[in-house]
Amino acid sequence: MSTSTAPPRGVTNIKVETLARVEGEGALTVRLRGARIEDVKLRIPEPPRFFEAFLRGRLFSEAPDITARICGICPIAYQMSSVHAMEKILGIAIHPAVRQLRRLFYCGEWIESHALHIYMLHAPDFLGCADVVEMTKDYRAAVEKALKLKLIGNKLVALMGGREIHPISATVGGFFRVPSKEELAAIRPELEWALEASIETAKLVAGFPFPDFNQDYEFVSLSHPDEYPLNEGRIVSNKGLDIDVSEFEDHFLEQHVKHSNALHSVLRERGSYLVGPLARFNLNYDKLPEAARRTCAEIGFQPPCLNQFKSIIARAIELIFSCEEALRIIGSYEPPPAPRVQAPPRAGTGQAATEAPRGTLYHRYVLDDKGVILSSRIVPPTSQNLKRIEDDLWRFLPSLLEQPVEEITLRCEQAIRNYDPCISCATHFLKLNIERT
Amino acid sequence: MSSDAKKKPKIGVFKFASCDGCQLSLLDLEEALLDVVGAVELAYFPEASRNMGKGPYDIALVEGSVTTHHDAEKIQHVRRQCRTLVTIGACATAGGIQALRNWKDVNEYVRYVYAKPDFISTLKMSTPIAEHVPVDFELRGCPINKNHLLELLSAVISGRKPNIPTYSVCIECKRRGNVCVAVAQGIDCVGPVTQAGCGALCPTYNRGCYGCFGPMENPNPVALASIFEAQGHTDQEIMRKFRMFNAWSWQFRQVSEARERK
Repeated sequence: MSTSTAPPRGVTNIKVETLARVEGEGALTVRLRGARIEDVKLRIPEPPRFFEAFLRGRLFSEAPDITARICGICPIAYQMSSVHAMEKILGIAIHPAVRQLRRLFYCGEWIESHALHIYMLHAPDFLGCADVVEMTKDYRAAVEKALKLKLIGNKLVALMGGREIHPISATVGGFFRVPSKEELAAIRPELEWALEASIETAKLVAGFPFPDFNQDYEFVSLSHPDEYPLNEGRIVSNKGLDIDVSEFEDHFLEQHVKHSNALHSVLRERGSYLVGPLARFNLNYDKLPEAARRTCAEIGFQPPCLNQFKSIIARAIELIFSCEEALRIIGSYEPPPAPRVQAPPRAGTGQAATEAPRGTLYHRYVLDDKGVILSSRIVPPTSQNLKRIEDDLWRFLPSLLEQPVEEITLRCEQAIRNYDPCISCATHFLKLNIERT
Repeated sequence: MSSDAKKKPKIGVFKFASCDGCQLSLLDLEEALLDVVGAVELAYFPEASRNMGKGPYDIALVEGSVTTHHDAEKIQHVRRQCRTLVTIGACATAGGIQALRNWKDVNEYVRYVYAKPDFISTLKMSTPIAEHVPVDFELRGCPINKNHLLELLSAVISGRKPNIPTYSVCIECKRRGNVCVAVAQGIDCVGPVTQAGCGALCPTYNRGCYGCFGPMENPNPVALASIFEAQGHTDQEIMRKFRMFNAWSWQFRQVSEARERK
C-alpha cells in the first residue's frame, strides 16, 4: 500500500485486503489513474451456500427455520418474510394479536441489530477508533450503554423466540408459544430505559461530523397506511414506484456480475436504488411515533435526508421507534385465543416482503399440493444495496483524491458501512483494494 | 505461552461458509464482553475490528464449513497459525445446512441460483473442519450457546477440560420439568438423539426438537426413526428430520441415507 500524500500521477491501486466491521466477507478494488477513477468493484468472495436450490423438496413449514440460517444477525427477518409468503399460499389469516406479536418480535431484532451497527460497527469510523474495544478508552459510558441496549433487544427476542440467534418459536400461522401478559410486562422497565438510551443515542450520533454528500437516491421501502413498516405494506419509492409485493419481480431485476458471489438487484427502469433505515425514514416519517418525531425536531433531522452518511441518525431514530412500538404493543397486549392457526397444504405461489434492519427482504415460494417447495427466490437487502454502494463510491472518491491512501481507504470503508452491509445475507468481509499507478 | 505471565492469550476468529451467528455470540456476551476483552486479546476478529493482528494465535475460533478451494487452503493456514483450534457451531462441526448439496449435483445448484454459473467456483461438498485439519474441540449448536463459548474460553485459558454436556436434550427437558411432547402429544421430536446445550428450547415452546446441536454421544437414531415410522411418518419425512443443520454428521447421515434408499 502506498502512503504518498501527493496527488498521484499514473495508476494507483488501493487495496484493503479485509474490510472490517461488516457482516461477511467482501473486498473492494479501486483503480485510479491520476485523478481519474478507472474502476470501482465491490467484490464478494463469500462462498455461496445455495439456499434457494436446497429449499426445493423441503416442506413449507421448514422454510422459516432453514432461511433463518441465511443470517445470524437478522434471522427474524427471514422467518417473517417466509411465514407471510407461506400464509399467502395457504390462505391463512393470522389473529390480530399474533400480528402485534410479530411486530414486537421484529422490534427486538431492530433494537439488537441497530444497537450493534450504530455503536460497534459504524460509530468507530466517526470517532477515529479501530473498534468498540478501543472506544472504551474514551467513550466507556457510550459503550456500556450500547451493550445494554443490545442486551435488551436480545432479551425481547429471546422472550418471544426462545433465543437470540435463530429463535425457534415463529411458525407459519403464528407462534409455537406466545408470551403471557405478565412475561411481557416484566420487560417494560428495561424497554423504558432503552427508549431513553435511544433518544440519547440519536442526540450523540447527530453531533458526528458528516461529509457533504447529498445524492439523487431512489429510496425504496415498504409503506403501510397506518404504521411504520415492518411486516407488510406496498413497495414504494420517492420516484413514483407504488406496487404490490406480488409485482416485485416485474420491477426489480437481479444481475449477476463477475466480481461478486452476490447478485446485484436493480430497478428495471432506473438502475440502482437504496433500501434500509434512511429509505424507510424518508418515505415513512409521518408514521413515526411521538418520541421519535420529537427527537427528530430537536436534532434538526427531517426528511428528505439525501446523505447516506447520516443513515446512522436514521438508524438511531428507528431505535427510538422500536422501543416506543414495543412498549405500545406490550401496553395493549391480550394473548390470542390460540398461538397459531394451521391449514392444510395446497399448491400455489406466494410472495412477501418485510423490513429487515438493513432493508426490504423479498421471498417467493411455489408449493405443490403436499406443501413441498418447488421453487424459491430470496432477495436480501444487501444485494439490493450493492450496486448503490458502488455508485456512491464512484461519486464520493473524487472528493478524497487529495488525501493520503490510508485516509481514502478509511473513508471508502465508512461509505460502505453506511449501508450496514450483511454479506452473509447477500452471499459475506470486505477487502478494499485501491489500485493507483 | 510466553514467559510473560501478564500476556493475554491471543484469539483469532475465522469465518468460512456460515451465517455469522456463532461469532456474533461473542459480541452477544454483552455484559461479559468487557470482562472477556480484559482477559484475552481479540487479535483477529474482522467482524468487530479494523485491527487485524497477525498470528500465531493461542486459540482460533473457526466458524463455517469448507465449500471452496480457497477455503480448503485457508483452513490449513489457520491450523498452522494456532495452538488450539476450536470449531464453533454446526457448520464448522458438521458441514451446516449447506451440506444438503452433498447429496445433490452442485453444478445444478449453481445454475439454479446464478445466471452466469461460470463466475462461481465451489466444491461439490460442504465439509466440517475436522475433515481437513485436526480439531481440538468442537462447540455444537446452530447457533452455539454463548455460555458454552465463555466456558470454553476459560477452560482453555486455565488449561482444563471444558465442562460441556454430551448427554441428550431429554435430560434438559426433565430438568426443566417439561412434559414430554413426544409421549404426551405425539409430536415428532429428535431430542432423544440430540446433544443438550440449548436448554430444551423447542419442547419448552411446545414443539419437537429439530436437532440443531447435532448427535449426542452414542445416539440411536435408527431406533428413533422406527418410532417416527410407527407414528405414521413416511421415509421422506423421516429423512428430512435428520437432514437439517447437522445433516452431514455421520450418525444422522446413516439414518437419512437408509431412509432415502427405501
